[in-house]
Amino acid sequence: MTKSQASKPKQISSAFPPSPPPSPLRGVGKVGTTRNRGEGRFGHWVLVFGDYLGFGIWNLGFLFLLLFFLFGGACQRSKAGITVAGSTSVEPFAELLAEEYMSHHSQSRIYVQGGGSTAGIEAVITHAANIGMSSRNLTDGEKKLYAVTIAKDAIAIIVNPQNPIQDLPLEQISEMFSGKIKNWKELGGPSHSIVLVTREEGSGTRESFQKFVMGKEDISLGALVQDSNGAVRQVVASNHNAIGYISLGLVNAQVKALKISGVEPNLTDIENGKYTLVRPFLFVFNEEPAGEAKSFLEFVLSPLAQKLLFKEGLVPVLKKIAQE
Amino acid sequence: MEVKEKIIEKIFLLIALSSVTILALITFFIFEEGLPLILKIGPKAFLLGEKWIPSKGSFGIFPMIVSSFWVTLGALLIGIPLGLACTIFLSELIPPSIGILLRPAIQLLAAIPSVIYGFWGLIVLVPLIQNYLGGPGLSILAGSLVLGFMILPTIITISEDSLKALPPSYKAGALALGATHWQAIWRVLIPAAKSGIVASVILGMGRAIGETMAMIMILGNAVKLPSSFLDSARTLTTNIGIEMGYASGDHRQALFATGIVLFFIIMSLNTLAIFLSRRRTR
Repeated sequence: MTKSQASKPKQISSAFPPSPPPSPLRGVGKVGTTRNRGEGRFGHWVLVFGDYLGFGIWNLGFLFLLLFFLFGGACQRSKAGITVAGSTSVEPFAELLAEEYMSHHSQSRIYVQGGGSTAGIEAVITHAANIGMSSRNLTDGEKKLYAVTIAKDAIAIIVNPQNPIQDLPLEQISEMFSGKIKNWKELGGPSHSIVLVTREEGSGTRESFQKFVMGKEDISLGALVQDSNGAVRQVVASNHNAIGYISLGLVNAQVKALKISGVEPNLTDIENGKYTLVRPFLFVFNEEPAGEAKSFLEFVLSPLAQKLLFKEGLVPVLKKIAQE
Repeated sequence: MEVKEKIIEKIFLLIALSSVTILALITFFIFEEGLPLILKIGPKAFLLGEKWIPSKGSFGIFPMIVSSFWVTLGALLIGIPLGLACTIFLSELIPPSIGILLRPAIQLLAAIPSVIYGFWGLIVLVPLIQNYLGGPGLSILAGSLVLGFMILPTIITISEDSLKALPPSYKAGALALGATHWQAIWRVLIPAAKSGIVASVILGMGRAIGETMAMIMILGNAVKLPSSFLDSARTLTTNIGIEMGYASGDHRQALFATGIVLFFIIMSLNTLAIFLSRRRTR
């Protein structure tokens, strides 16, 4: 969407008459002197009218041009293109895919918007979006929608690289996040109180973490709340006693991903189901996709796009690429 | 000519009215979105409830109201002494050559985007607090320090104006009676400009309560009643800022309801500031 907005002013300036733009003060106090500019009766009145409004005739022309292009732009935008909306976890990947897709299909326009998984699914139901992005499984009420898994994403439990602990069972992680275990000493680490870092309410990553790790337990209200994967990583990277959770694709050298009961979060163990903190990235449709939406979905499931997702740290749904 | 001027006048009137209309629309909108939730769960449960777990339907914003006041109080504890000292120095004691440098520098403080303050706090202050004082580092103390600096330009420019607006005879009279320069400043000029200084502090307070971006980065955003300045906290504004992206349904309405509370706090502070500065000009 930003692309088409950015190109608009350029169009106007290229079509504008090459004469210098009139000063904004032209109309003021010049009614008498402008009369000789008009040829016929009508031209005269147009000029006077322009002067009364406070701008000269060129400005009127400019106004019409502006209106023309505004409407033109609006029509162009609504003519073609599909809207993809939903999970902010999927959004960056969808944007990447859309860009790649548009570079192959110059006629197509794909608009990617965030808003969260639930909002995206809602948008599909109300036909506000053609494709919804979801980073969680559909609920029973949403089961009648047509959903396709485009990739899988693992959630990694991260600690500071300075932390000696390498491996924890899920139960202990849950007890830490519910506030029952308060000190690293209880887990065999140094005697420092644990700093919990979580995501904000409504985040898809938090929802998945709640489901996979916490179950019915609540995440402690004393936990620090950060509003993105990157912010969680930043806090954990700068605090020796912190523990948090982020998308596996975003784990880097600043933080250390824990093994869960001895299972490392890597591609093989995600594929064979040993590492269980895995959530699907879904594309959701109202009914079986057709037209532009279908062609975009086919592109997303193609080896080229799947390879792209793999490079970005996701687990592709095409087995071949995962094995390469 | 006269008709033309009338038309121009009307156009300008329309433009002026449109800004007021937008204010009215915003007010109407946040009340329309937020009030139903407050009425649904009851004002008492909303304002005094201590648990904020939107996914389970608990919407208590009491910890955030308290945190907002803690952070603002901390900012004022840092901002008022610094601001007042700077004002006195700028308006009374300064050699003109330094003033040329110092005044634009202070005005520049106001022009720095709040996200830069937040980033600076996160990279510089938070690790310092974490290493030397303990706790998570993302804390009320860090937030107060940053906010204290952010409100300095507001406090300094307005209170300097109110000192400058005093008749020169005040100072001359005090000096003629044998007071030293410092006595004249502290016993005569500051008390005379008191209402303007208080107004500047209240406006600074409004800025502190309203600050969002920097606070999201520094405060840590935990939703619990703070028990010390080293605890993490979430203010009213950061609650809206951090959760708006995903909220829907009741959760979204609860965020607008948070906005209503904020609206009342800011409105009363601004009214107080206007009232106090009117008294000064009388």
